[in-house]
Amino acid sequence: MIPLNAYLIVSAILFSLGVVSLLTRRNAVAVLMGVELMLNAANLNFVAFARFSTTPIDGQMFAIFSIVMAAAEVAVALALVLNIYRHIGTIDVDEADTLRG
Amino acid sequence: MTAEHVAFAILAVLTIGGGISVAFSARVIYAAFSLLFTFIGVAGMYVLLAADFLAVAQVIIYVGGILVLILFGVMLTQRIYDVRLKAQRIQPVVGGIAAAAVLALLVIVIFGTEWNAVVPGDPEPTTEVLGHGFMKEFVFPFEFASIVLLIALVGAALIARRNDNGDGSSERKKANRETGGRLT
Repeated sequence: MIPLNAYLIVSAILFSLGVVSLLTRRNAVAVLMGVELMLNAANLNFVAFARFSTTPIDGQMFAIFSIVMAAAEVAVALALVLNIYRHIGTIDVDEADTLRG
Repeated sequence: MTAEHVAFAILAVLTIGGGISVAFSARVIYAAFSLLFTFIGVAGMYVLLAADFLAVAQVIIYVGGILVLILFGVMLTQRIYDVRLKAQRIQPVVGGIAAAAVLALLVIVIFGTEWNAVVPGDPEPTTEVLGHGFMKEFVFPFEFASIVLLIALVGAALIARRNDNGDGSSERKKANRETGGRLT
């Protein structure tokens, strides 16, 4: 039996890689990929805790709703990215600073 | 060293290797493709955690839907082979330090907490139980999620639509079409 901590460590590493991608990438789509990594890490935590608890279904339920929200999020975010590309010709997040005061 | 340990090791390497490639590969298209390995690895971990329905849903939704969307996003927004977007400034240092701090915090919490983990029973099929859950105690979140999905996808299609006449009002387009006016 794989202990709970093994899953949690994998999930923590995955989350940290998502943080790296989120903070250092300048391509908006790559930033989105970092968000996806973090969401996957969170889902893995949900399912791992659910497996090692007395009510194993609730955590999986949360993970399913979280996947649904991730699908909605990525669709809207990519629509926004496409619009930004159309307006300013690049999706470098440092260039999209029209609202900077 | 059972077969389960071997499978977990392979899946962990697949997941984390894909994640490293997502975070550090110089070309964003490679990062998008290595996201595939992470998703597959996480789906395999769901199987090890006795969440069979969730594993299949992960493959269908993430690999079949989200990854394809992201690949379209990458391909529609740049010329693939001349983009090398590595952060040139101070961001890698600060971002790396922040991520390392997050990782250190998580590891300290993981090993410093009593999780009250019960010994899991034998794996059982979860599809029927999940279906009963969706139709009974989780029926409101279920319907709410469907509405959220509908609104988000219609909104995404609306945002991503090419807006030829500036304000995009349908009456004006229709009037232009009737009078034979060109949409500018």
